[in-house]
Amino acid sequence: MLEKALQGNKAYWGWIASLLVVIGIGFVFYVYQLQQGLGVTGLNRDVSWGLYIGQLTYMVGIAASAVMLVLPYYLHDHKAFGKLVIFGEFLAVSAVVVCLLFVVVDLGQPQRLMNVILYPTPNSVLFWDMVVLNGYLFLNIIIGWSVLHAVKKGVRPASWVKVLIYVSIPWAVSIHTVTAFLYAGLPGRYFWHDSLLAASFLSGAFAAGPALLLLILMIVQKVSDLKIPKEAIQTMTKIITYAWAINLFMVLLKIFSAYYSQYPAKMAAFDYMFGGYGGEQLMPWMWNFVFLGVVSLALLVIPSTRNNPVTMTIALIMVFVAGWIDKGLTLVIGGFIPNPFKVHTEYWPTIPEVFISVGVYAVGLLILTVLYKVALAVQRESAS
Amino acid sequence: MAINRRTFLKAAGLTTLAGVAGHAAMELLAPGALEASGAPKVGEYPEALTAKRWAMLIDTEKFTTAQVYQKCIDACHVLHNVPHIPGDQEIKWLWTDSFKHVFPDQQHALVPERIKNQPFMALCNHCDNPPCVRVCPTKATFKRDDGIVMMDMHRCIGCRYCMAGCPYGARSFNFWDPRPFIENIDPYYPTRMKGVVEKCTFCEDRLAKGQLPACVEASEGALIFGDLANEDSEVRRVLRERYSLRRKPSLGTDPHVFYLI
Repeated sequence: MLEKALQGNKAYWGWIASLLVVIGIGFVFYVYQLQQGLGVTGLNRDVSWGLYIGQLTYMVGIAASAVMLVLPYYLHDHKAFGKLVIFGEFLAVSAVVVCLLFVVVDLGQPQRLMNVILYPTPNSVLFWDMVVLNGYLFLNIIIGWSVLHAVKKGVRPASWVKVLIYVSIPWAVSIHTVTAFLYAGLPGRYFWHDSLLAASFLSGAFAAGPALLLLILMIVQKVSDLKIPKEAIQTMTKIITYAWAINLFMVLLKIFSAYYSQYPAKMAAFDYMFGGYGGEQLMPWMWNFVFLGVVSLALLVIPSTRNNPVTMTIALIMVFVAGWIDKGLTLVIGGFIPNPFKVHTEYWPTIPEVFISVGVYAVGLLILTVLYKVALAVQRESAS
Repeated sequence: MAINRRTFLKAAGLTTLAGVAGHAAMELLAPGALEASGAPKVGEYPEALTAKRWAMLIDTEKFTTAQVYQKCIDACHVLHNVPHIPGDQEIKWLWTDSFKHVFPDQQHALVPERIKNQPFMALCNHCDNPPCVRVCPTKATFKRDDGIVMMDMHRCIGCRYCMAGCPYGARSFNFWDPRPFIENIDPYYPTRMKGVVEKCTFCEDRLAKGQLPACVEASEGALIFGDLANEDSEVRRVLRERYSLRRKPSLGTDPHVFYLI
């Protein structure tokens, strides 16, 4: 089926070519980082994780959100999602690949990557993150590919595929939960040490992931013959609305527990992030998150703006960007500031770091494009 | 080809014979070579200093100026080829900071002037329940039976999870190749490569040779090092007599560096 990705018009090949150029630039910067060391990044002794691990965190959520299509379709027989489930699964595949690549580019000694498998360490959450991410990748590749194969042949998917689909539902929850445990299990990092972190990760992901998927599908609809059923859009925007409301509620819970208790170490994180105490790097981003979060929630809650294609699209973009500020930028960096000495060391990504990240995302988009191209071609053939 | 029980037993017997004969031949031709190829055994060196649980006491009454501390820091950093990298990507095994930074939770407005203005030494706390060991995905950082938290720089993949885990900021990452930043490389201690994490090891290399840690030796009695498990040791005697603080005890890491006040 993969050969279907080799047929396309000029625009398709132009898109592929520009992705390859961006990947190439990112790769050149990565080679530079390999030679010089991670000193070329803005990371430092106090903020030891930054842009890369932030993208890992955000993209794990995007991957996990595929379950928001899989679950209604397979467990509740929500037929409107029928033709879209495959796109959710393929988005998950590319998102997980992006996650794994971000882990690799973040390592100081990437050629020793296999040590994680050669010396399996069950007491490390990172070991389990590796297990669940790779497992989820294989699950979605196998499920997506075999379901598509069945569509092509005009038969029902084999029963073992059904079993894998049911397995994939809790598995999706596990990838974001385990990723949250990376942070929530550390002593002395007060901003992360939060039993609700996994739950708030999931609620944020179940809003931002479907928002991204819907935006991508609207683009796909423009450039191909895909038709998104109106009912599917309505269900998805409702899912996004509820998940987003819960996510913002959890932000308020954190702020309450820090400030009402007057717990200094907990307040210090928010003082820095929202108040700029000790540095102003993240403050504008946090307030943008609040603005985007509140306005998008209003647009999504009000039925007339939720069902209006223009305001809905604006709301989806806002949710996606706010989700990125929250998980992709401020969560990881904010957790390190102030440091264990209550000193504020700031971090900001450097040019190599940004280009490497953009390159990794371009790899994800390339995989996504190829998989979507195949899926669209197969669905078109089976319909005719 | 199916193997029945008879063939299997024959093969097993032959291999055992070959193994025994081979072992005997090796012992004859190169005595001790087989033992040498095994894992090195701790305690092989009769002069090595051993303890059930190593601990360090920092006598803050004897450390009053930065100069005294500097002798300890230099002794440590020169001996272990710790590079001088300027800026926030630095490497440090042993350093000083103010009371309010080393003990952020003990800070109040009426801390005596002496305490407020004097530098405090900071280093790896060699915790009994070290978060860095718990989070490391490759066992590159591990705790020895005598309590020393160690780094295997050949195993480390540079994920820096231990840095996120350590609540004492005691770990450094080699953002750059450290060698150009070392003034005089000591050939008796390995330098590190870029992309790995490193930290204080309580001078396990010196203990194995029967020497006290370099900082303890340079401190002229201001640092006391010994076996906390031994009731008759000096560290136990001093801890019985004087008041001591540990960094962030509420986190449950059980640090084994004590500050005598």
